[in-house]
Amino acid sequence: MDSSFFFGLSTMAYILAMIIYITYLAFRRTQIGILATSVTVIGFVAQTLAIIMRWKEFADLSGMGFIRSAPLTNLYESLVFFVWCLILGYLIIEFKFKNRSFGAFVTPVAGLALAFIDIFGVSKEIQPLVPALQSNWLLAHVTMSFIAYAAFALSFSTGTMYLISTTEKKRDPSYVFWTTTLGIFVIILVAMGIDFLRFKVMVKPEIFIQSYMFRTSFLHPSPLIKAASWLSAIIFLYIIWRYGYTLKKVLEKFSINPEILDEITYKSIAVGFPIFTLGGLIFGAIWADQAWGVYWSWDPKETWSLITWFIYAFYLHGRMMRGWRGKKVAIVSVLGFVAVIFTYLGVNLLLSGLHAYGSK
Amino acid sequence: MRLEKEKDSKIVDKIWDFFASIRLAIIIFALIALTSIIGTILEQRAAPERNIEILERLFGKSLAPGLYSLFEKLDFMDMYHSWWFITLLVIFSVNLVICSLERLPRIWRLAREPLNPVTDEQLRKFTLHKEIILKGKIEKARESVHEMMKKAGFRNYSEIKEEKGFQYLAQKGNYSRLGVYVTHLSILIILVGAILGMTFGFKGFLNLPEGATSDIAFSNAGREIPLGFFVRCDNFDIEFYGKSDMPKEYRSWLTIIEDGKEVLRKSIVVNDPLTYKGITFYQASYGLLSENLGRSIFILDIISGGGQAERLNLRLGDTFQIPATNISGKIIDFSPALRIDDHGHAFTYTNQMNNPAIYVEFFESGSRSFSGWILKRYPETWQLQGGHRVEFRDHWGVEYTGLHVRKDPGVWVVYLGCVLISVGLFIAFFISHRKMWVKIHEDKNNTRMIIGAVSNKGRAAFERKIDQAISAIQKKYERGK
Ligand code: HEM
Repeated sequence: MDSSFFFGLSTMAYILAMIIYITYLAFRRTQIGILATSVTVIGFVAQTLAIIMRWKEFADLSGMGFIRSAPLTNLYESLVFFVWCLILGYLIIEFKFKNRSFGAFVTPVAGLALAFIDIFGVSKEIQPLVPALQSNWLLAHVTMSFIAYAAFALSFSTGTMYLISTTEKKRDPSYVFWTTTLGIFVIILVAMGIDFLRFKVMVKPEIFIQSYMFRTSFLHPSPLIKAASWLSAIIFLYIIWRYGYTLKKVLEKFSINPEILDEITYKSIAVGFPIFTLGGLIFGAIWADQAWGVYWSWDPKETWSLITWFIYAFYLHGRMMRGWRGKKVAIVSVLGFVAVIFTYLGVNLLLSGLHAYGSK
Repeated sequence: MRLEKEKDSKIVDKIWDFFASIRLAIIIFALIALTSIIGTILEQRAAPERNIEILERLFGKSLAPGLYSLFEKLDFMDMYHSWWFITLLVIFSVNLVICSLERLPRIWRLAREPLNPVTDEQLRKFTLHKEIILKGKIEKARESVHEMMKKAGFRNYSEIKEEKGFQYLAQKGNYSRLGVYVTHLSILIILVGAILGMTFGFKGFLNLPEGATSDIAFSNAGREIPLGFFVRCDNFDIEFYGKSDMPKEYRSWLTIIEDGKEVLRKSIVVNDPLTYKGITFYQASYGLLSENLGRSIFILDIISGGGQAERLNLRLGDTFQIPATNISGKIIDFSPALRIDDHGHAFTYTNQMNNPAIYVEFFESGSRSFSGWILKRYPETWQLQGGHRVEFRDHWGVEYTGLHVRKDPGVWVVYLGCVLISVGLFIAFFISHRKMWVKIHEDKNNTRMIIGAVSNKGRAAFERKIDQAISAIQKKYERGK
């Protein structure tokens, strides 16, 4: 058995756990909850084993020593590590706050990240490192960034739950915000799913985005289908906006105190922010300085990290202002994670396509 | 006249208040974050065609030229150095300074303030407040207070004798309140370091052929920058993973020469530069001197079937003899990256040193016998008929190493700021200012203990700790009974 067996096992376990947690949310049976936790723990153990095995495989292959061979060198490995941190953080919270209902919001993020790998055929090959990447600073940078991203993902989950459980008036801007965000999120996923079913392509994410994404729906050559897609997206958004408050009822069943959600959001950010500052920004800068002699060059990746940092600084200072605590800063925590995703995926996938020479 | 002055000071006050507000801070955060996005979409300091192409993709062909000229006026193509972005950063810094100055005196007082004794009524109003009855006389309870304090995390505390008993006061982590200010100050330090680097430093490059020496580098604009000493490239080498074209290591052997003396020698690789007198040389790129191909030197080990060996430095067109034989070879061609196509034709597939090869024609007693390519990365091509070997060990003088040259006297200031910001954030988030009051007094032959506590953050954790401390001494009491 090699690492890919255990990776597969953990992916299946997390997706299964996601379903069980959602079932638990609906039926609230303790047994179901225990089952959900057990499946998550199994997935976590399998993933831990898989990471260790891959580490060893890489060390044997590259002959670069153990530390340099940490499996954090490409998109695939870093996504796996992100999911690992996220699940670890979640399990700690489940244990500390003795509450399972966050599971239904955290496991989907984990499941989606892993599904992203499989749907896009992200390269899983072990590749040796080119000279610029052979740096311990880079390793520390990537590791800590992902720990911070996982903390931010948690704050995103609880921030969203906070918004769901504190809003119901349809004209409330916070309500409009979370229903639209959730709606757009689902629409993008569904539209990409349809692209995937139609083209049945296994290509690199960059190529998928440049040549296939939304070509079945919003960018379809036929104006009719294009218009129909936009129309159905708008109708879908309307429906989510119209009936989104029912989610609040579901959450209410669990009597999760919004105060606790707010606290977990803050605590996750309070952990993520210093780690991101040190690992994401400072170690990244030191690495760039060692490798190229510039610690800051305003390249899109660096700039988006800085944008993310400012959004979370906004969150932290916003909490100190009267009238901002609660819903307003919860919105900021959601936006912060959108920026995290963009920093991580959008810069490589969208901006690099935009900047490619003569690709159209 | 007096009125004038009052008006003046009012304006000063207004300006001060404007810059002292957190509201301004979060507005500035939002503005910096939002405007920064522009520079990640438009390419900075790029050729105009590039950005026109990007704008065409985003907004269509008809709008692009108009938008371009508008964006050009707004400096969007070099926005991080534009007047308005710098203005934002200046407002950010002033805001940071004034906001901190405004609050520092109060926070300093909070951190220095000794604790005052409190009354029972005051204690009972604390959100974090506990009350227990301990069996036995007050003297016994007095002893357990020490343990209580230790368990709650306080090593030092003071005792005050009161009318009916004792009061104990303790606090710790007072100075953690300053963590936020360390954080803010270090942001300014980083900015100062960046400005120092831009003012007194330079960034440049230097393409140095193997064997060449230079005492200048070039700025990106092509201006000459004197180094104050000489740097020589002794050799450049590239290593690949196995037989692939994936580079594993670029390495340059550099020597620093000052006043005619060699003062420093170091081989540099990416991620491991050389620094001399504040100037740092980074391995950035490399390339071929195509006009120099004729002058390059190939280092060959020639080994005869009989085992006699010889190392030779040869040039294109040179002839060599295999020791103790009548076989001679002549180097007639060179390719930096040889590949053989499906039809058996040799061609050069990149202009980099991916697969260096020489074409050698052999003569036996003066007449042509055979010829072929000898590849540096493929030792199997070194073997000749008759057990002779021509080992292609190295080549020299064909490549140049591309060095990035930088002087940045501010970088240590920036790093100092980075260390401070990490420390500051750690203190700000993970250390809290905790205060605790414990009162004990006699209550019908038993002792009543009242505890009150405050913490500026992490109250739940503090409460847990106090609860643990209480149950520890209660257990002790039970056992002691
Ligand atoms: C214009 C710039 C800024 C101003 C005016 C400002 C102002 C403030 C103020 C007044 C406080 C509250 C201090 C207290 O509670 O006594 C604070 C807290 C804080 N600031 Fe800033 N700040 C600025 C920029 C930043 C930046 C860029 C960072 C990013 C590292 C930062 C990190 C923090 C942190 C971590 C806290 C503590 C927050 C908490 O405990 O929840 N500040 N800031």
